[in-house]
Amino acid sequence: MFDNLSLKLDRAFKTLKGTGKITEINVASTVKEIRRALIDADVNYKVAKEVTDTIREQALGRDVLIAVSPGQLLIKITQEELTKLMGGSKADINLKGDPAVVLISGLQGSGKTTFSGKFASMLKKQGKQVLLVACDIYRPAAIDQLKVLGEQIGVEVYAEPENKNAIEIANNAIAYAKKTGKKTVIVDTAGRLAVDDVMMKEIEALKKALNPSETLFVVDSMTGQDAVNTAKTFDERLNFDGVVLTKLDGDSRGGAAISIRHVVNKPIKFISTGEKMENIDVFHPDRMAQRILGMGDVISLVERA
Amino acid sequence: QKSSENIFSKLSKAVIGKSKVDEDVLDQLEEILITADVGVDTTIKVIRRIEERVAKDKYLSTGELDVILKEEIAALLEENNTEDLSNFDLPKDKKPYVIMVVGVNGVGKTTTIGKLAHQFKQAGKSVVLGAADTFRAAAVDQLILWGERVDVPVISHGMNTDPAAVAFDTVKKAVEMNADVVIIDTAGRLHTKVNLMNELTKIKRVMQKFIDDAPHEVLLVLDGSTGQNAFLQAKEFTRATDITALAITKLDGTAKGGVVIGISDQFKIPVKYIGVGEKMTDLQVFNRKEFVDSLFKKK
Ligand SMILES: Nc1nc2c(ncn2[C@@H]2O[C@H](COP(=O)(O)OP(=O)(O)OP(=O)(O)O)[C@@H](O)[C@H]2O)c(=O)[nH]1
Ligand SMILES: Nc1nc2c(ncn2[C@@H]2O[C@H](COP(=O)(O)OP(=O)(O)OP(=O)(O)O)[C@@H](O)[C@H]2O)c(=O)[nH]1
Ligand SMILES: [Mg+2]
Ligand SMILES: [Mg+2]
Repeated sequence: MFDNLSLKLDRAFKTLKGTGKITEINVASTVKEIRRALIDADVNYKVAKEVTDTIREQALGRDVLIAVSPGQLLIKITQEELTKLMGGSKADINLKGDPAVVLISGLQGSGKTTFSGKFASMLKKQGKQVLLVACDIYRPAAIDQLKVLGEQIGVEVYAEPENKNAIEIANNAIAYAKKTGKKTVIVDTAGRLAVDDVMMKEIEALKKALNPSETLFVVDSMTGQDAVNTAKTFDERLNFDGVVLTKLDGDSRGGAAISIRHVVNKPIKFISTGEKMENIDVFHPDRMAQRILGMGDVISLVERA
Repeated sequence: QKSSENIFSKLSKAVIGKSKVDEDVLDQLEEILITADVGVDTTIKVIRRIEERVAKDKYLSTGELDVILKEEIAALLEENNTEDLSNFDLPKDKKPYVIMVVGVNGVGKTTTIGKLAHQFKQAGKSVVLGAADTFRAAAVDQLILWGERVDVPVISHGMNTDPAAVAFDTVKKAVEMNADVVIIDTAGRLHTKVNLMNELTKIKRVMQKFIDDAPHEVLLVLDGSTGQNAFLQAKEFTRATDITALAITKLDGTAKGGVVIGISDQFKIPVKYIGVGEKMTDLQVFNRKEFVDSLFKKK
């Protein structure tokens, strides 16, 4: 069921051969195949519909050159459209403030703690003084986990194991950062569901108290249709600045990337490609578009893991 | 509950007096199933079945479509020997009953083990846990804390030790202690990583040196919010370790976990447990009817 789109489209395009222009009639079945491929890649149903509608408009009336088949042309149009959808606004990371605070949010198990460590390590390599803050007071051994990572990368971790108030810990951590001259503070938080109002209120309060220059939403690239609901709620409550897409070292298509971008219009700022501290990368919309379409350029990612 | 009725009344209205479910109804049904992560193939399968039923039964009254729909989806699960358990029972003839828990990173393996240990303990069984995730930062600590929370012993060799040796030792100690159940935690691993998948085969083999039919159960944990990638997970983990049962976690969120319908249809692996929260009591035995109902419920 996961044969890649080019194969599928080639099949659909058989019927298009010999036509010089893409028309309403010959594009219909192809667009349906593209939509199906997007849904197979976990792009949200509604988003896939909207995207393919745009693609249809883009395609209509385009001349098919002798050099390219209509199929190749449509794939090109699709890839361009997806790239445009996920790219666009610049994805710089804002580290203004003294200290600059980065707040990490997301669902349970999405990869927040691991990413916190990776990001800290990256900043440290750039010569920044970083402090990691353990604000997950719920998950068993969450603090230990961050401490182990901090030790691995040589970054100090601020934690108060006995304190059951995440906001207090965060505030104390900022004071500590100021005192010790740490210019960047990365705050790891507990995983939470968008429907868990108590926990969502907690992270809202954390954001208010910390006034972060960056709030990041960490999402598992294997997430299915629900990615839109989660991203929407987190964005409504936190107005986050960017997205981190994790676990891209596997074979997930990562359609959630399109869904989230489409729904909350926030850039994907980093990708996570493994469990090791160096497995962090900037996001390339064009590669992601190819990956979602099953066009092969995932190999470089897989090999690096 | 209310919104679920709305979807059905909408569907039913569109179908009243028709001998065939029209495009409109099918479109709506398609949307419901796809957005529940059921996947295109399984959705088409369900829709075909509905069409056949409707063609045969000619007229449908309001509410009948609801019933037919649920029946057809439940049937996909049933045909694949997803028998509903009534409680946390275990076969009596295997002592200790060895469960190995596997899955990709962060799906909820360790938490599910903690919850299972709690349930088995409540059912009067003695449980031993094995901390064979020696890789992920503080994974051993996490399991030990769960062990303390639910009051069952945890066998561990610490971090960065050989997971197979931990598994062997756990089974051995469980026999010495005359325990009823052994649950082995393993490190999260993506199914695409050949070396890590081979490691699971090794853990299994080492346990078999001690109990030749262990593990009696290999439980694959799937995150309920995972999309179509769960298929590939089921496929590769089945290949490496002969998965005997599934647990679907995080169903307390808005994700519906519909992908499991296609998985049990294709791989004939029964769903045994569902995770509905982070507390030790947040584990339920899988109930087909409730699961199907929940697909149509708006949260
Ligand atoms: N393969 C792979 N595994 C990852 C990646 N990022 C994180 N992980 C693993 O995913 C699992 C969960 O990661 P965590 O960092 O603990 O996730 P979290 O969001 O902090 O989880 P909670 O705090 O429980 O909500 C761990 O096993 C990590 O090693 C990644 O990019 N690739
Ligand atoms: N809401 C909710 N959260 C859950 C559920 N099951 C597990 N979690 C959370 O998901 C996160 C990951 O759970 P773990 O048990 O550490 O997952 P794991 O598969 O052992 O992770 P790795 O060992 O890192 O691969 C934790 O924050 C758990 O509390 C569930 O059913 N519902
Ligand atoms: Mg964490
Ligand atoms: Mg674990």
